[in-house]
Amino acid sequence: MVLKLQQSHHHQSVAVKGNEQMGTKRGYTFIQSNRDWLPKLILLWVMVMGFISIWIYKKMDADNNVRREEVLSSMCDQRARMLQDQFSVSVNHVHALALLVATFHYYKNPSAIDQETFAEYTARAAFERPLLSGVAYAERVVHSGREKFEKQHGWTIKAMQREPSRLRDEYAPLIFSQETISYIESLDMMSGEEDRENIVRARATGKAVLTSPFRLLGSHHLGVVLTFPVYKSKLPPKPTMEERIVATAGYDIGAIDVESLVENLLGQLAGNQAILVNVYDITNSSDPLVMYGHQNQDGDWAVVHESKLDFGDPFRKHQMICRYHQKAPTSWTALTNVFLFFVICLLVGYILYGAVIHIVKVEDDFREMQELKVRAEAADVAKSQFLATVPHEIRTPMNGMLALLLDTDLSSTQRGYAQTAQVCGKALITLINEVIDRAKIEAGKLELETVPFNIRSIFDNVLSLFSEKSRNKGVEVSRDKTNRKPSLAVFVSDKVPEMVMGDLGRFRQIITNLVGNSVKFTERGHIFVKVHLAESTQPVADTKVETCLNGGSDEGLLISSACQFKTGYEAADERNSWDSFRHLVVDEELRYDAPVNTIDEASRGFTLMVSVEDTGIGIPLIVQDRVFTPFMQADSSTSRNYGGTGIGLSITKCLVELMGGHISFISRPQVGSTFSFTTVFKRCNKASYNDTKKSIVELPSGFKGLKAIVVDGKPGKQNGHVFKLPKVILLAKNITNVELEKAKAAGFADTVIMKPMRASMAAACLQQVLGIGKKRQAGKDMLNGSPVLQGLLCGKKILVVDDNMAHQRVFAGALKKFGAPVECRESGKAALKLLQLPCCFYACFMDIQMPEMDGFEATHPIRMMESKANEQMNGGMDEDSGRKGEWHVPILAMTADVIHATYDECLKCRMDGCVEAL
Amino acid sequence: MDVVNQLQRQFIDYSASLHREGFLDDQFTQLQKLQDDNSPDFVVEVASLFFEDCEKLINNMARALEQQQGVDFKQVDASVHQLKGSSSSIGAMRVKDVCIAFRSFCEAQNREGCLRCLQQVTHEYSLLKNKLQTLFRLQQQILAAGGSIPVVE
Repeated sequence: MVLKLQQSHHHQSVAVKGNEQMGTKRGYTFIQSNRDWLPKLILLWVMVMGFISIWIYKKMDADNNVRREEVLSSMCDQRARMLQDQFSVSVNHVHALALLVATFHYYKNPSAIDQETFAEYTARAAFERPLLSGVAYAERVVHSGREKFEKQHGWTIKAMQREPSRLRDEYAPLIFSQETISYIESLDMMSGEEDRENIVRARATGKAVLTSPFRLLGSHHLGVVLTFPVYKSKLPPKPTMEERIVATAGYDIGAIDVESLVENLLGQLAGNQAILVNVYDITNSSDPLVMYGHQNQDGDWAVVHESKLDFGDPFRKHQMICRYHQKAPTSWTALTNVFLFFVICLLVGYILYGAVIHIVKVEDDFREMQELKVRAEAADVAKSQFLATVPHEIRTPMNGMLALLLDTDLSSTQRGYAQTAQVCGKALITLINEVIDRAKIEAGKLELETVPFNIRSIFDNVLSLFSEKSRNKGVEVSRDKTNRKPSLAVFVSDKVPEMVMGDLGRFRQIITNLVGNSVKFTERGHIFVKVHLAESTQPVADTKVETCLNGGSDEGLLISSACQFKTGYEAADERNSWDSFRHLVVDEELRYDAPVNTIDEASRGFTLMVSVEDTGIGIPLIVQDRVFTPFMQADSSTSRNYGGTGIGLSITKCLVELMGGHISFISRPQVGSTFSFTTVFKRCNKASYNDTKKSIVELPSGFKGLKAIVVDGKPGKQNGHVFKLPKVILLAKNITNVELEKAKAAGFADTVIMKPMRASMAAACLQQVLGIGKKRQAGKDMLNGSPVLQGLLCGKKILVVDDNMAHQRVFAGALKKFGAPVECRESGKAALKLLQLPCCFYACFMDIQMPEMDGFEATHPIRMMESKANEQMNGGMDEDSGRKGEWHVPILAMTADVIHATYDECLKCRMDGCVEAL
Repeated sequence: MDVVNQLQRQFIDYSASLHREGFLDDQFTQLQKLQDDNSPDFVVEVASLFFEDCEKLINNMARALEQQQGVDFKQVDASVHQLKGSSSSIGAMRVKDVCIAFRSFCEAQNREGCLRCLQQVTHEYSLLKNKLQTLFRLQQQILAAGGSIPVVE
């Protein structure tokens, strides 16, 4: 039965989870859900902005108009006020004239005034009344006094139409008049109906009274006639209307040329051209009469200002209407501003739209990418699975082939072919193993085990493996009489503990890979492996040593009297030069006696530093940065010359990183490469050490304290061990049996050690020579080489649940082999009964596919039960004690499916792991 | 002792041939290794369990596939799966290989293929049974002759 503990592959489940999260996010962004509205939205935006622009324009225009109106009203009011002032000045003059007439005509007897005087006076004083086209005086004549009056003046009273006036109660013939209007002399002012009313009104109120506007007789200008009463006698302080009428002596009349008055006035003021002024008599509000200005003149009727005019006549109302000559000019500033605003809004809208479109596009792309990513990941997972499964399928038949290849008796030719086939097959299996490793690492399935092992024996083993290869190589190369085989050597620092805890297989694989590479690419010089603790790498500068070192170490150290290290070839890494190496040794030598507190350090991990130095072809500079990339060799010709897939170093790197270390290298083309890596191991505690000690072919420590000198004829090669006992061991590279016999016969040596010297071989020789007996441990009682497993499982009760009887039986048999008492059950239900608390099982293996209740279903109630029990237990105690639950039976799923989904499912059901049962 | 030797040689040859012809694989060797003094009949026991299991499953499948219409492929598939598990746990490689093909037909719901596979499985199973029985007979003969069963590598 092949059991494989499937290792957790968290990164995969994380990736899947990530995808799910992405999935939930999908289609929920605001922009995405409203993308169809975008064109409508932008249209709406433009429209809204258009409306806002128009509104702003209106507002600015209105402001403008208000300002215009204000200007207009102030101008209009100013004109009205001035007109009023001018008018009142004229009225005052008429008043003054009335007083003059009263004073000189009535109070003097006889009258001090006649037509001539009046005319002259008024003509001379005309500059004071520029607006009055003329003034005149009409006397009040009652009907009874008409004849006397006519006789006195010598003319008859005439009506307006120049015919003699009809009979009336009263007449008001003009007796004095200014020269300019002398043609109206002797006209009866009361003959016209309106004039008559005016006169009556004036004398009743004692104030100036105006007529409605009419065309003046002389000038054809529009004008009004001002009538002012003249009283004969002095009036009492508050005269009644009757008193006034009685006292009336006559009427002062002035014709005011309103048109020229206004014209004159407007001429004096600035801004005259801009506005049009109309003056109306609005006594009859339904029919306003024009006093000034043209009714039909063009102008801006939009802005009109009306100002009230008070010409001193309470019965008449006048008003001035002003408006602009031209329509309000289009406000270019407002228009420009608004236009700019609109353009900016459009641009902003466009930018937003563009951004949103871009976001949509990016999101679409993102989604597409995500899909592709998911697909790529799926493809990657599929590839990994393929890689993880296919080589298995290849390896199994391959093993069968290789096993059977040389089983039968074959002729020598056949055997030769078969051997070749076997070698090729082995190479193929190595490659397949590498691919499997790679796939496992990629799938995160590689799990490191922790077993105690002896570092030195590992190096010893590896070296012996390669010394074989390198010897072959040396033979081949030495055909051209230049014996250029590379020498192999290992130095393990004394500080490195003998037994360490770690993954033996993987560590060995790393060493094998690196040394294998070095051997492959090195044809001359040396390959030197150096192992020491990472803490002691600092070389001690000032220490000097001479040739010989006392052997404090339990391995035959490779020390030469020559200062140049070993083969005289330069190494790539100067740090590794012989000098520093020597210092290192001495340094450690000096520190060796210091008491080490092993108990403290026992549980602590330590970092081991291993460097593999060679004098091979080196790595070209351009490919140095992709040395650790899988399937990458310096160039394709390399694989032709040296073989290999280029996968080894990438696996090595992964392994080193898994073991908590890191790998680096220094390489100089044609000089050599030095690969260094660190790994973290735990110190081995005594108990497990004792367990495994028997199983490992260990180097006898009986040589400790023996002094040895290594003598080499060629500088840089260790050639002989000379003991204080006269025992001589010959070291040789290649030695024929004949030579060996010869040597032995000569008594020269007791035995011969083939180079390169390995610790175990040296030890065996020494044992042989020195007669130290060594008891071989029989490895018979070990199945599958797992004494650790046996120790682990011994006496532990285990439950196996499987409906397949054969399967169950086999599984139980395998577990029993490791000393575990096994209980078997056929179904999940039966297992449930057994697993009731308190349960005594160390672990439970459960088949997933079972009728009635499968493994997942069975696990669920067990876990529920356990968590309930744990809660109760923890509830009884203090919460802050933080103790974890006690009850937890490890449940391991058994399945033939090795797909990841199954494993994920297992974890989901809170199983503890998954056993792959092939 | 000669007889024992001969029997042992015969046993080794026979099991080698079984391996060579693909009836058994490494798993069976592992099973043999599991057998020790504590459980002297381990392999026989497991094998007989396997045979029982097989017969039951084959009957099940045959019944299920008898129907002309509406074959419950799920049930057949479950049975094949079981059979595959059993055969792989005993190391019956050829049976297992047929099971793999069988399952693909089940997934494709191909009744014809399933029937063909069922026939093959039955055939392989009876072949294996015969072979194993021979092997066990040899084993017993060796034991009866007072020899020990050689370990086949």
